[in-house]
Amino acid sequence: MPDGLTLNKITAQRGISIGEAARRVADLGWTPSYVQEANTFPTDYKIKKVPRDPMKQVLRSYFPMQEEKDNRVYGALDAALRGDMFRNVEPRWIEWMKLFLAIIPFPEISAARSMAMVGRLAPGEELRTGFTMQMVDEFRHSTIQMNLKKWYMENYIDPAGFDITEAAFGKCYATTIGRQFAEGFLTGDAITAANVYLTVVAETAFTNTLFVAMPSEAARNGDYALPTVFLSVQSDESRHIGNGHSMLMSILQDPDNHKLLERDLKYAFWQNHAIVDAAIGTFIEYGTTNRDKKKESYAELWHRWIYEDYYRTYMLPLEKYGIKIHHDDVAHAWDRIVKSNYVHKTAQFFAVGWPVNFWRIEAQTEKDFEWFEHKYPGWYAEFGNFWKWYDKLSHKGSKPILFAEEVGYVYPYRCWSCMVPALIREEFCVGEVDGKLYTYCSEECRWTHTTAFAAEYEGRPTPAMGRFSGRREWETCYDGWNLADCIQDLGFVRSDGKTLIPQPHLRFDDREMWTLDDVRPYTLGSPLEALRKMTPEAREKAIADYRAGFTINAIN
Amino acid sequence: MSATQETVDSVKSGAAGAAKFVDWDSRKFNYFEPKGRKASHYEDVTVDVQPDPKRYLLQDWIISFADGTPTYAENWTQALASDWHRYRSVDQEWEKTHYQRQSTIVGMLQNVINNGRRSGAPTRFDPAWVKILQDHLGAYKHAEFGLGTATMQAQRYGFTQMVNNAILTNSSYKLRFAQDLTLYLSEIGLDIEKFDIDAGKRHWLDDPVWQGTREAVEAIMGATDYLEQYFAVNIVFEPLVGELFRSGFIMRVAAAQNDFITPAVVSAAEGDYERNLANAVELMHMLATDEKHGAHNQKLFGTWLSHHGALANKAAANLQPIWSLPRVKVAQYTDAVAQAHNRLRAIGSEVGIDVRGVIGS
Repeated sequence: MPDGLTLNKITAQRGISIGEAARRVADLGWTPSYVQEANTFPTDYKIKKVPRDPMKQVLRSYFPMQEEKDNRVYGALDAALRGDMFRNVEPRWIEWMKLFLAIIPFPEISAARSMAMVGRLAPGEELRTGFTMQMVDEFRHSTIQMNLKKWYMENYIDPAGFDITEAAFGKCYATTIGRQFAEGFLTGDAITAANVYLTVVAETAFTNTLFVAMPSEAARNGDYALPTVFLSVQSDESRHIGNGHSMLMSILQDPDNHKLLERDLKYAFWQNHAIVDAAIGTFIEYGTTNRDKKKESYAELWHRWIYEDYYRTYMLPLEKYGIKIHHDDVAHAWDRIVKSNYVHKTAQFFAVGWPVNFWRIEAQTEKDFEWFEHKYPGWYAEFGNFWKWYDKLSHKGSKPILFAEEVGYVYPYRCWSCMVPALIREEFCVGEVDGKLYTYCSEECRWTHTTAFAAEYEGRPTPAMGRFSGRREWETCYDGWNLADCIQDLGFVRSDGKTLIPQPHLRFDDREMWTLDDVRPYTLGSPLEALRKMTPEAREKAIADYRAGFTINAIN
Repeated sequence: MSATQETVDSVKSGAAGAAKFVDWDSRKFNYFEPKGRKASHYEDVTVDVQPDPKRYLLQDWIISFADGTPTYAENWTQALASDWHRYRSVDQEWEKTHYQRQSTIVGMLQNVINNGRRSGAPTRFDPAWVKILQDHLGAYKHAEFGLGTATMQAQRYGFTQMVNNAILTNSSYKLRFAQDLTLYLSEIGLDIEKFDIDAGKRHWLDDPVWQGTREAVEAIMGATDYLEQYFAVNIVFEPLVGELFRSGFIMRVAAAQNDFITPAVVSAAEGDYERNLANAVELMHMLATDEKHGAHNQKLFGTWLSHHGALANKAAANLQPIWSLPRVKVAQYTDAVAQAHNRLRAIGSEVGIDVRGVIGS
């Protein structure tokens, strides 16, 4: 064979360039003249400039690429089983996956649906292929994650909780936070939802903590399946970030859009912080058994991915277009994580609520304490006693920690906006909308409900903007209910009709597992309903007391 | 150390069966009723992912549109169902099977096109046929694109994950095929002298032959009822116009014009349609035979059929001159139309609706 002759050279033939292919495909669209398309998902934004497609990929290359990625994922899952992954996996970690994987497939498929909303709004057809690929990607993510969950259920020591997953998703007090995330992608103003909230903020910023940082922690706990699936998922995100940025650049061109964009960036950033940091921070910091002091804490990961990578290199450059960036909110979110212990307070809340969960939460131990204190100085003074109480009260026959007054924990008010409770007590605030009282975790969340999700913004009508609805405070649903009845109604009971799915420990033994009888003497209440019923004076005092916080009592 | 503690300490593994306690073997999703004896993989990864206040959504939808419409609303279609959740797509598609199938198709097409071009096949196409491909297959690709964007829009609205995912894969297939045709024509255009790649769009926009089709497609794109869109695409337009042109013309005629490549490219769409049709028929049949709402739905389908059927008939009639264009005439328009009508009759019979108003008895 002559030197330099390769199979490629023999078989090569003239083709069209990638740019030409993308241009031809974009030319498939036209402006209808017989019947106009209805603007079924409206926006208050004006979009005049045709967004450009930065990726220039066509479906002919997309499908084989995705199939190859799938082959790697499914091959790796098979290999994990052959390698007996579950013999070495940390149950503490897999238990939290019952919550995480109950939530995430719905936000994913919601993102697929939202492509319908931006697909029709974007002038021209250049981005149509990008939106199409994202739609199919999100379909991929939703079903591949359901498949992973099924795989855990089939192979993990305690499948209870996985087996009721989508029913649990609809009912649990924790998954409601994930629904706020997902419904935000596809309800209300189409650009606010599908462009700013979904792609510009959630996908561009927070998928890094969700789909990159979290899988690293999974691997440290012997779980090689989650990194396999989620890093594959994350590899699709770059296309979505491109879609979002392109649409954003199109919107930016019209100064009339700037105020709305500032509103939406503020709302979306704050709510992503409130929701994603609460959940993912807890999974990473409290779902792990790995206490290597050299690894990054969630705070350090946040600084890398959100502050340095997103805020400094993505958000700040928007200022040159005349967009006011909410620097103070970014700083505030950072302070909440490093100074106000937002993640730790969330984990504490999840632990307090264990009887109405559908997964097990194990107590943190001395080994954990040392790591937390190293990474978050002062942690032990605030949370050490709590976890000791939790461990002590984890045994069947104890009082549930939520009702153990000797512990000193005060059950929190729920934030009407982000749905995470008002855990940083000094930031707790209330507001009125249409004459009704609501509670919030922060001023930013109060602003989101009272100002952003409203019929006008800074004097400008915003008829397309969404509204908060539904029974947003979970506790209202079970106000005055007996705890055992509530758990039965939730369906969080095992098939013997009495043993709870959630357990405050990892002891896989019937003798140690709590039953309905253990939780029957207790009654649940709605903090919001109680607050609404108070006289103004009593309410003022209750708010002041709440803001003053609580102290966990020492344990003997 | 207590006995309990000893037992606890002995569980060192996180593997299934390492300990036996209540529900240690509960290894199936237990919150939905499978269609068959056992849940299929498709059902496991699809059912109930989109929640519903009538099933498990305790707190109801928590964001609404400004007028109070929730994130998903049953009245986004005029069709009524006693239980939308009964529906399962016939092709049981989820991401893995979807990518496998789509990837197989684009691989097959690229092989056929590359090997055909390598052998110089496009240069041997009959010249009259080349113009047909340029002008009319070039125009038709826009119809496929329109149906793809209509179904992309429609997949936002369905009341269950099963309905929406079936419409989503329908959209994915349509948009892929529109691109298949675009890239195929662009590539053979490199081999055929004076091939005008822009002619197809001009014909789509201005040629009277295509205006009926464009009107029918735009009527589907502009419909505000998502189920009407899905119905009009698969129950009406595809048999009366799409298949008529693809199978009744291109695939029957091409070989006689020395063209073995185009039928292979177009055959992929026929395979796609068999699946999309099966999914759509299953859903429409479920609605047409709904114990409570069957009569209402049949009447509604009759309205949709009448509206889109009239447009499709007009589109098909306008396309007739194309059958006269090939130099070697091996297919009759009337035969193709008769076959399309038979197809619609069969579909009508499966769904449980009367199609005589559109195509006669």
